[in-house]
Amino acid sequence: MPKYLSPGTYFMQGNEACAEGAIAAGCRSYAGYPITPASEIFEHMALRLPQFGGLVVQMEDEMASLGAVIGASWTGAKAMTATSGPGFSLMQELIGHAFMTETPCVIVDVQRAGPSTGQATKCGQGDVMQARWGTHSDYAAIVLAPNSVQELFDLTIRAFNLSETFRTPVIVLSDEITSHMHESMVVPPIEKIEIVNRKKPSPNDKKFFMLDEVAPMPSVGEGFNVAATGSTHDETGRRFTADPVVHQRLVKTLVGKIMNNSDKIVDFEAHNTENCDIAVVSFGCTSRAVYETVGSAKEKGIDVGFVRLKTIWPFPEKIVCEMAEHAKAVVVPELNMRELFYEVERAVHGSAPVIPVNKVGGGEMITPEELLAEILRSVA
Amino acid sequence: MSSFLRAAHELGHNDLSKFVFCSGIGCSAWIPSPYLMADSLHVTHGRSIPVAMGVKLMRPDLNVVVFGGDGDIVGIGLSHLIHAARRNLDIMVVMVNNMIYGMTGGQVAPTTPFGAKTTTTPYGNFEYPLDATRLVATAGASYAARWTTAHGEQMIESMKRAITTRGFAFVEVASPCPTAFGRRVGFKDVANMLRWFLDNSIPLKQASKMTEKELVNKIVVGEYVSREAPTLTDNVYKVLKEAEQTA
Repeated sequence: MPKYLSPGTYFMQGNEACAEGAIAAGCRSYAGYPITPASEIFEHMALRLPQFGGLVVQMEDEMASLGAVIGASWTGAKAMTATSGPGFSLMQELIGHAFMTETPCVIVDVQRAGPSTGQATKCGQGDVMQARWGTHSDYAAIVLAPNSVQELFDLTIRAFNLSETFRTPVIVLSDEITSHMHESMVVPPIEKIEIVNRKKPSPNDKKFFMLDEVAPMPSVGEGFNVAATGSTHDETGRRFTADPVVHQRLVKTLVGKIMNNSDKIVDFEAHNTENCDIAVVSFGCTSRAVYETVGSAKEKGIDVGFVRLKTIWPFPEKIVCEMAEHAKAVVVPELNMRELFYEVERAVHGSAPVIPVNKVGGGEMITPEELLAEILRSVA
Repeated sequence: MSSFLRAAHELGHNDLSKFVFCSGIGCSAWIPSPYLMADSLHVTHGRSIPVAMGVKLMRPDLNVVVFGGDGDIVGIGLSHLIHAARRNLDIMVVMVNNMIYGMTGGQVAPTTPFGAKTTTTPYGNFEYPLDATRLVATAGASYAARWTTAHGEQMIESMKRAITTRGFAFVEVASPCPTAFGRRVGFKDVANMLRWFLDNSIPLKQASKMTEKELVNKIVVGEYVSREAPTLTDNVYKVLKEAEQTA
């Protein structure tokens, strides 16, 4: 009898919680490659997934890992892999393939300091843009940003659900600090966890093409004569490598199915957004400092509000825009050399100055004191 | 393509419902996608083998077959090929070897003969070609064979053996590309290329008695290995069974 975690409170590492979330979501296939600081996800899956009859295999590199995940997904299985910056870079071509063929899969990127080999054991938040635009050409991405061990469990489950709902790869953008910390988290009874499975065509469906925005997904080996290709294709799966009309229709659907449904996808935590003097937009480990800063700023007479992104992409434009309309400034702290900042500035559209707060290297977080100092500077 | 289909048919398959095809990029990868009435996953350059592994391990009951060219299989995809052979992954790989990157107009490939003038080696290829079948056999495959498209009957029999092999099965087929390769190295037409294949094919047994010098620009044909060994699926599922019991 496969043993899901019994409901209760656990003191767990972030990466382990991610793996348990995947198992709870119904993931039964993992192919991966070791990389700091994501290896614990792989190792925990290697221990637990076979207990459920699931497949865990170490591939020869990150490309092969995502390749095997894609193959497994086409047999109908929920499949995932986990990596960090350098591995995420290697996976980009196949990520594009998964977008193009509408292959559900979950890719966890536990960010570390880069670029290149960088500081393998130290936190970073520099993959924000890569998670959105890492592969070439046109598509829309869903990127979730957990900031706690609890969220590594919850948002990994959400990642699978979104992946199955929209027939798309979903990226869980964690970071070394969130993934490596140990915290209390609560596991609900497995029956209470909402699980979404992809819509499949019935064997009698002769036409299961793109009648809906998200086409039902056939599996191989079930008599559908699946025609999946990374080339531009029409609803039947046949290649059309020269026709502009087919290409436009395809690409608009790939982008549209996410962006037209962004209301259902966008997720954030908001505090005091209607009355704040200073607005903060943050995600991941950096957001942990923001909570404390709200209190210390109040003591100095400044009302700080924040939006904490639980989805970075699609970006929650509306709330950020609204919050900026009455704020004196919007502060964007991140452990990189400005990435989220550009998106916030775009959404804010000039209603308030957008102030980046950046720190990189050594795995050092932006402290509440440092954040407060920046906030005080911005009201001065 | 026809040898494979004939082989499948002779083995009793009336359709391809028990097959899943994976292919990458290049003319050869178009063999299953879209020309075969079957499940086909057309993926990125060189990555058809790991995708096939994902399919096979989740659906071990299906025959998973990869079609690819020499660029796809031993160029960009070389690492995946060797690991698949090492694992004895029970899939079949057909490598259509035209000794060139044909789709993109005739650039040099890891299998191009030394000295050949291609679009990226206009002064002559300064590298030595790879013996893919020998490499795959050494890496652990259960079946590895090479033929040319001039060896019709042997190809069909070999394909049959490859389809039914338990374990990694590799069939290399030297194939003419008159457009991107043949006409640039002096072949007037396809018939000339096929004749050259026939004249320059040496059976494996005979080749083993020849010197390296004598074998330059010859194509050694035959079955390099045909053996029984535990497959990756056997080993994975054995471990899975034990793991489930510890749960």
